[in-house]
Amino acid sequence: MADAVRIDATVAARGLDLAVGIPEGRTVAVVGPNGAGKSSLIELIAGGLLPDTGTVSLRGRELSSPKRAVPMHQRPFGHLEQRALLFPHLSVLDNVAFGPRARGVSKQAARQRARAELEAVGLAGLAGRRPSQLSGGQAQRVALARALAIDPEVVLLDEPFAALDATVTPELRRLLRARLRGLTALLVTHDFLDVVALADHAVELDRGSVVGEGPVEAMAQSPATEFLAGFVGLNLLRGEALDGELALGGGVAVAGLAEGDLPDGEARAVFPPTAVSVFRAAPHGSPRNELPAVVEGIEDRWPVQRVTLNVAGQRLAADLTPGAVRELGLARGDHVVAVLKATQVSLHRG
Amino acid sequence: MSIPRWAWVPFGVALALLAVPILGLLVRAPWTRLPELLTSERALDALGLSLASCVVSTLLVLIIGTPTALVLARSTGRWTGWVRTLVTVPMVLPPVVAGLALLTTLGRRGLLGQHLSVVGIEIGFTTAAVVVAQTFVALPFLVVSLEGAIRTAGGDYERAAAHLGASPTRTFLTVTMPVLAPAVASGTALAFARALGEFGATLTFAGSLQGVTRTLPLEIYLLRETDTDLALALAVVLLAVAAVIVGLSQRLRGAHG
Repeated sequence: MADAVRIDATVAARGLDLAVGIPEGRTVAVVGPNGAGKSSLIELIAGGLLPDTGTVSLRGRELSSPKRAVPMHQRPFGHLEQRALLFPHLSVLDNVAFGPRARGVSKQAARQRARAELEAVGLAGLAGRRPSQLSGGQAQRVALARALAIDPEVVLLDEPFAALDATVTPELRRLLRARLRGLTALLVTHDFLDVVALADHAVELDRGSVVGEGPVEAMAQSPATEFLAGFVGLNLLRGEALDGELALGGGVAVAGLAEGDLPDGEARAVFPPTAVSVFRAAPHGSPRNELPAVVEGIEDRWPVQRVTLNVAGQRLAADLTPGAVRELGLARGDHVVAVLKATQVSLHRG
Repeated sequence: MSIPRWAWVPFGVALALLAVPILGLLVRAPWTRLPELLTSERALDALGLSLASCVVSTLLVLIIGTPTALVLARSTGRWTGWVRTLVTVPMVLPPVVAGLALLTTLGRRGLLGQHLSVVGIEIGFTTAAVVVAQTFVALPFLVVSLEGAIRTAGGDYERAAAHLGASPTRTFLTVTMPVLAPAVASGTALAFARALGEFGATLTFAGSLQGVTRTLPLEIYLLRETDTDLALALAVVLLAVAAVIVGLSQRLRGAHG
């Protein structure tokens, strides 16, 4: 499908060199470590940041180029940010009616539209309130109603749940999912649950460039980078494929289930933290799937204990029961053996 | 944090220095004759002129100063530093110097004044000169206090307004100004107070003609020896206005911060 928004741009001051498209009618999640350029990407689309080279375009219409830029207020985007930013001097209703009013709709029609939008987020009863009288979750729902009241051609979501109480996030996520159906949207987030719940497609940024993209499912099942693996809660080990196994060096190899063919060469193993068990000494004395490791840290993640291990310079996580951790008497710096269940390890080329 | 004990001594001195003269003025004020004094012709002329000229100059300050503060707060570049200095200078400039500067520029033989004079516009020694002098000294108070407020607040709301499709003008009128209303009000109050107290620049540039350019401070100065009671009565009025303005401005600042 054609891209609704297309960004092919560089910004030297921010170290950006981006080529990103948002397909028509889809929600694209943008993930990546802090400072990867996620917010800069939103700014580029919104018009707050202009490219040094390249362009930003909407359905073939050029919005930004080094020479010319459509002013921010003439861009047909709906924004939802971390903070609701409701205008403190206006009622909830007039906040939602602000966009239609600014776009030339009559006061009465704008308010009517605002009422309908408030209804859609379940807050019609709060129309007369001041923003200061709302809870954080309510304010963010009003902000969503306000953003959608202008019939945006594309919705830009910049960590919309990051500042909210965890108890109200699921509800807002459900609401957003319902309201975004059929719309084109870009979602920047730190939370894998947001990606799974809202997005069809994911783009991974690192140091100002796209380092990976694909359907959310593929990304979740076989993350290609360490960041993605951590983001989706999986382990990733890199090595050389050799006779259908992954050699990590030092005579250690990982066996698993190959996804697709696995020619010799660069490859990776992906497995959940629950597939790792930890022993003081190698139980079988075989080098296969028994990896010498050093304990880097132990963290309580009820109901399990997350043990971080260093295996030949690569990091992996093991989820153990509190009883197992106690029995082993694990502490930072201990030398142990990590054993991977081969049936839970998937091997991928590249 | 505990306060060192010696600090109470200068504290007491400062308090006495500020409070005792005001108390002295209030004690000496002719309270019983106040209504009669304040309705005398000279008093009414001065009161009326001060009120009218200050209202006009404060409006001018508001109309010119608010957009100026916006431009300064939102612009980057070296020139803004220069403009900021220029705007601040009249705050610390001795008013008589300000008056002299106005006179040599806008006076009848002034740099611009001589050309205005040719087409029949006289500013020096008219009520217009009073307004110009007051605006000159009061403008920085609004610009400086408002610029700070615009810098610290408003930016995020303005961006939100732009995202919703509001043009810069619409954003300024429907978001920036209402959000900054408390700061605008307190800046306006300060500017009004400065205009009301204006003496040196007015005397130098506008002179002292009863009912035309002789504002309250000028009248008080002239009457201080010939009719002390009337001078004191007018001084009480200025003191009361000052107290109201300070109280109002602090309350607004409290509501704002």
